[in-house]
Amino acid sequence: MKTLNINGQFHQVDVPDDMPLLWVIRDVLGMTGTKFGCGIAQCGACTVHVDGEAVRSCLYPVGTLDGKRVVTIEAVGGTPNGAKIQKAWLDREVVQCGYCQSGQIMSATALLDRIAKPTDADIDDAMSGNICRCGTYVRIRDAIHAAAEV
Amino acid sequence: MPILNLEAPSRRFVLKASALAGGGLLLSMRLPSLARADGPTDSAAFMPNAFVKIDAAGTVTLIAPHTEVGQGIETAQAMLIGDELDVGLDQIQVQPAPPDIKKYADPLLGDQATGGSTSIRSDWTRLRQAGATARAMLVAVAAKRWAVDPQTCRVERGVIHHDPSNRSLGYGDVAADAATLPVPTDVKLKEAAEFKLIGTSAKRLDTPFKVNGSAVFGIDAKVPGMKFGTLALVPVVGGKLLGMNEAAARKVSGVRDVVRVGDEAVAVIGDHMWAAKQGLEALAPTWSAERHGGVTLQTIVAEMDKASRTQGVIAKKEGDAEASIAKAATKLSAIYELPFLSHSPMEPLNCTLHIQADKAEIWVGTQVPVRAQKAVADAAGLSPDKVTVNNLYMGGAFGRRLDIDSVAIAAKIAAQLQYPVKLVWTREEDLRHDYYRPYYYDRVSAGLDAEGRIVGWTHRVTGSSIMARWAPSAFKNGLDSDAVEGAADTPYEVPATLVDYVRHEPAGVNTGWWRGVGPTHNVFVTESFVDEIASAAGKDAVAYRRSMLGKNPRALAVLNLAAEKSGWGTALPPRCGRGVSVQFAFGSYVSCVIEVEVSTAGEILLRRATVAIDCGLTVNPDTVVAQIEGGLILGLSTAMYNQITLSAGAIDQSNFHDYRAMRINEAPKIAVHQIRNAEKPGGVGETGTAAAAPALGNAIFAATGQRLRKLPFAPGLKGA
Repeated sequence: MKTLNINGQFHQVDVPDDMPLLWVIRDVLGMTGTKFGCGIAQCGACTVHVDGEAVRSCLYPVGTLDGKRVVTIEAVGGTPNGAKIQKAWLDREVVQCGYCQSGQIMSATALLDRIAKPTDADIDDAMSGNICRCGTYVRIRDAIHAAAEV
Repeated sequence: MPILNLEAPSRRFVLKASALAGGGLLLSMRLPSLARADGPTDSAAFMPNAFVKIDAAGTVTLIAPHTEVGQGIETAQAMLIGDELDVGLDQIQVQPAPPDIKKYADPLLGDQATGGSTSIRSDWTRLRQAGATARAMLVAVAAKRWAVDPQTCRVERGVIHHDPSNRSLGYGDVAADAATLPVPTDVKLKEAAEFKLIGTSAKRLDTPFKVNGSAVFGIDAKVPGMKFGTLALVPVVGGKLLGMNEAAARKVSGVRDVVRVGDEAVAVIGDHMWAAKQGLEALAPTWSAERHGGVTLQTIVAEMDKASRTQGVIAKKEGDAEASIAKAATKLSAIYELPFLSHSPMEPLNCTLHIQADKAEIWVGTQVPVRAQKAVADAAGLSPDKVTVNNLYMGGAFGRRLDIDSVAIAAKIAAQLQYPVKLVWTREEDLRHDYYRPYYYDRVSAGLDAEGRIVGWTHRVTGSSIMARWAPSAFKNGLDSDAVEGAADTPYEVPATLVDYVRHEPAGVNTGWWRGVGPTHNVFVTESFVDEIASAAGKDAVAYRRSMLGKNPRALAVLNLAAEKSGWGTALPPRCGRGVSVQFAFGSYVSCVIEVEVSTAGEILLRRATVAIDCGLTVNPDTVVAQIEGGLILGLSTAMYNQITLSAGAIDQSNFHDYRAMRINEAPKIAVHQIRNAEKPGGVGETGTAAAAPALGNAIFAATGQRLRKLPFAPGLKGA
């Protein structure tokens, strides 16, 4: 049994060490806001925070999480920057299908946590690991700038 | 896809064929009724037609005939019905329609389907009628109770007011009585000036749930007792399963079952996706290639080249184009090629099912719920009415979920299990088992007079017919109207035109609808070739197009607007260029100008995109802008990078590392300008995608002098 700290709650799970965090969150704990997109850390749909850093949960072995804090899309709105980002997303009507947006919001929140007023180049660096096939990039950029102004 | 001339599934949807041409809307269609016993209803609710339900609490439910794939259609449908009902958007709950072709068929597609940018064109009248009819009945009850003329009542946010006597009643107060009234058939709809919701950039209803992880997509379905499975499909179409190591798979911790579906697929089911994935790896199925083992992209294209030399079925013939070209002062001809494309929506294919002896239930995001229901019924040996379909949000589709191959295979797997199962495709299986956008091989030629004007134009399309498979009754006399859409109906005035179609099915490749359908293919060919012609005539690309649009004022207006807003004709830095495209597709006019820089290394840098659109009456202007932005990015991304290729009969690409998707750092600035008018509503969702490739190719030509006639562009582009 392993104990995972996810969104401030402790969960006991009986899973192999090499099992990616994504599937523990989705299939074992039933939190489906974090999405599966590619399984090889190419698309960013599975992005969560581990100790405040945006990581791809599809390749993150759950056995390496000892003592670390995980935050997912379900709880990121409880953080100041997460709330700002979610609001900016709605104000700018960023979302289309919405499938990638959990990951986009997690990456954008981690960016604001690191850099309060990101430049376009900062946004490119932080967000280019997150694919959106609906093509919402123009609005994602605007929304991050808008959130940074709050 | 074009509007289909199918056998109407119900007499209620019988429409004059002439009303369908050119995206025309249908008037005075009778609304299908929803009998209380057979629909999503409860006994106390008022449900005057199949689309609207109002309960005693006054809650308005829209039974939405079109499903949400990200295009904002839930909200748009709610705006149509809510405006006529005089309720706020926040007062409407949206419920996807259950499979019922008689009640929920898209009248322009003849099927219960969401696609072809037809939703608003289909719903514009019928959903407003549904709302207005309900309102009239509810007001009639209140007016009768008060013994006043209904005309002296007004409705605001679902409350009926009689101002002279200062009385009011909520919709919920009168719903039960309204349900006893006969349904009127001649209710007057609002004039455009009376709209309160329609035409506003109302906030989408689905987005609050999509920023906090609570929206439920197909892949998020949860069913008590369900297990998780993943599958491997036969890599080469027609191949056979040679062997697999079932014992090894069952040794993997958490694996519960191994399921085989003939030579089509094997699946491993476990306690979670990780167990299933590990189990499938251990299972290590091996397959034969059979008759398609020698297929490569090159063999397919060689066959298409051969087919393209034969006479096609005529799609359009005006004048004698071949004779006009033969005597022309200047002759031009070219071959344009477009690759197979995968849809690759962000949400991989998936389906959750519980198949029992006497009934089945599925949870899936589908563009075609009736087809999905039938696929499960067939696999389970049940009649369709025993299959419940829960249609959930789709994480993109782009046409992929207009096919039900994945639902069918999932059902064949689930039918072998005694418990509910969620089957999820890995990205690799999703990408390698698509119904791909067909490869097209198009021959075009034109003759110009001494002044550079076109005197004759020919366009022969060679490619797969999706229509012949997907809607066989719409494939008539060998002509696929989708394959030539955008070729047989360019916006230009040309004295002699010949467009024909050679059907050629690629060996070992399944083909399907892809965002922008016919126009995404043909607008690229025609708008690139017009650009070639303008250049050969020594004319400016915009001025040359203008000279052929004298009788097409709406096309001319979008071209002029895009040219003006893009700064067409103003100086650019070295290695930069602008390209333009104009189109009439899905009932909407679009012009696009792309500005690019091509680096000395041959990289395409997208500087800026300017789009002008006239889609007539607009339900939600912000959604129109969003669809153009996103559609354009998908189109640009695809035009730059994407192609599906084959080796030894199998698909070469597997994931986003070798099937590249544009990322935020590559996306251009996009400005969308709308011409607002009172013309019939046009479709929007696919227009941006169709505009992207021709404008980009023309911009690359302007920047470099290289005319790229084969998509994708990146591999063919030379640096300094």
